[in-house]
Amino acid sequence: MSAAALVEAIGLGRRYRLPRESLLSPGAVVQALDDVSFTLQAGTTLGIVGESGSGKSTLARLVMALETPSAGRLCFEGRDLHALARATLRDARRDFQIVFQDPFSSLDPRMSIARTVAEPLEELAHVGRAERRERAAAMLEAVGLNAAQDLDKVPHEFSGGQRQRIAIARALVTHPKLIVADEPVSALDVSVQAQVLNLMQNLQQRLGLAYLFISHDIAVVERMADDLLVLQHGRVVERGRPADVLHAPVHAYTRRLLAALPRPRWQA
Amino acid sequence: MTTLLEVNDLRVTLATAHGPADALRGVSFTLQAGGTLGLIGESGCGKSLTALALMGLLPEGADVAGSIRFGGRELTALDDAAYSALRGDRIAMVFQEPMTALNPLHPIGRQIAEPLRLHRGLDASAARAEALRLLERVQLPNAERRLVAYPHQLSGGQRQRVVIAIALACGPDLLIADEPTTALDTTVQREVLDLLDELRVASGMALLLISHDLDLMAAHVDRLAVMYGGVIVESGPTRAVFERRAHPYTRGLFAARPRLGTDRTMPLATIAGRVPALHEMPSGCAFADRCTLAIDACRSAPPPATMVGDGHFVRCIRWEMAS
Repeated sequence: MSAAALVEAIGLGRRYRLPRESLLSPGAVVQALDDVSFTLQAGTTLGIVGESGSGKSTLARLVMALETPSAGRLCFEGRDLHALARATLRDARRDFQIVFQDPFSSLDPRMSIARTVAEPLEELAHVGRAERRERAAAMLEAVGLNAAQDLDKVPHEFSGGQRQRIAIARALVTHPKLIVADEPVSALDVSVQAQVLNLMQNLQQRLGLAYLFISHDIAVVERMADDLLVLQHGRVVERGRPADVLHAPVHAYTRRLLAALPRPRWQA
Repeated sequence: MTTLLEVNDLRVTLATAHGPADALRGVSFTLQAGGTLGLIGESGCGKSLTALALMGLLPEGADVAGSIRFGGRELTALDDAAYSALRGDRIAMVFQEPMTALNPLHPIGRQIAEPLRLHRGLDASAARAEALRLLERVQLPNAERRLVAYPHQLSGGQRQRVVIAIALACGPDLLIADEPTTALDTTVQREVLDLLDELRVASGMALLLISHDLDLMAAHVDRLAVMYGGVIVESGPTRAVFERRAHPYTRGLFAARPRLGTDRTMPLATIAGRVPALHEMPSGCAFADRCTLAIDACRSAPPPATMVGDGHFVRCIRWEMAS
């Protein structure tokens, strides 16, 4: 690639040691992620597909610098994220934020929406209280909520789709360059899912965001992603443009995923 | 074909913080012995509540009106003891989340044996033998060893097989499966549903499948009922509903789902507004406020069921404009 990538993963690996089962022998080691490499350009979307245990969420945690890799490097704008000093890393965090799957458990039920959305700003010392509230209001408007009405409400007053919008507003409040979205619409109803996907595409165009978009739903990933990685047992088994990967899958696992999609009885 | 289940004008009123709320507002459908019916709709449309009403498991303070006839018996009039004898024996249910449906403290063999001891009066060794046979039937590998395993030692798909084994233990006439594979991976989902199909055909039981997934319905049920706001707004042979999409809500659901091979530069179609809360259900068509075709008459009275094809009904006075 000519331009420096926003995110570059080189031979990323992560091992976990399981709790030991006997007093005398050490626990078994699980290779959750093994030799994963990719680049993600600014303003584009990398889709990650795979089933439970494929390493999708481990990858999200490494990209978010919530865990350190056992092997390889993860560079954000050319800097090795896991080699940064603590204070530098904390500052760098404003550039990457995460949206989780379940908008019911990812928001603090006792915190007002204003505080929830502005919370990431508390780490950035120079943003005062009034400005925090102002920026929270702007973000709520950006995700299609009514700031004047909603700032002082608490999460239970919102539907699932509105909560996911709030989670997106919180992720946007630091003006990040990357949002890691871990199954962001899986818990939502079909019609609400469509609204949130449209919103994410719209925000990407307006703000030049990059997404690392994790999903088990390949139709959703095809819609959102410019590039696609298929993960199985922690390894990349197939990669490419979604249309190519999904219409002419090469790896047996990708074929199996596609074959498992339900087909109408009258076409069987 | 004989009618196994006939639900007629089922109404359920729940006690809520805002006072009594009509959660089911006249649900009617029939299911033939050995037949398949899908209930589809979004959160809060009443599909799970319908299942709970059939199982006699409605929350405290719920008020039921209308009729549920099952194998010739009226279920709404049953007392607790009679319902307990029916539940797990003639009607069984598979829930969404196999981890919460199973007791984490008991080995699975014992949990499968429970309905057999309760309803069939089998002794411990006969129940164990039958439990083993059931585990083999749901194709759980190493069934013999697994009898003494605990739920946490199994994967999600294996747990759902155990839940299905429990549901099938007494050879029910009706299996209600409420989002049985939503928590599972795509490939496991396919295996579990294919297994359910196989078992259903072999045993002749009827299946009521509840899901929000249209593609799943097309693959597994012959008849489909679309629910919105506590009523069935469209029902018919699955293929006819897919091809005709007579109700504007059905159309909205179809248009909103992402599909492989569509143009990603076009935004997905959405349905404006949101589902009305239970305590603010309008007196006319519940969908009217979100419907682009709505006219005054839609809001004045609940629309009657109109036949639009062979066994295909829609509750919409504007259906000819929609389809």
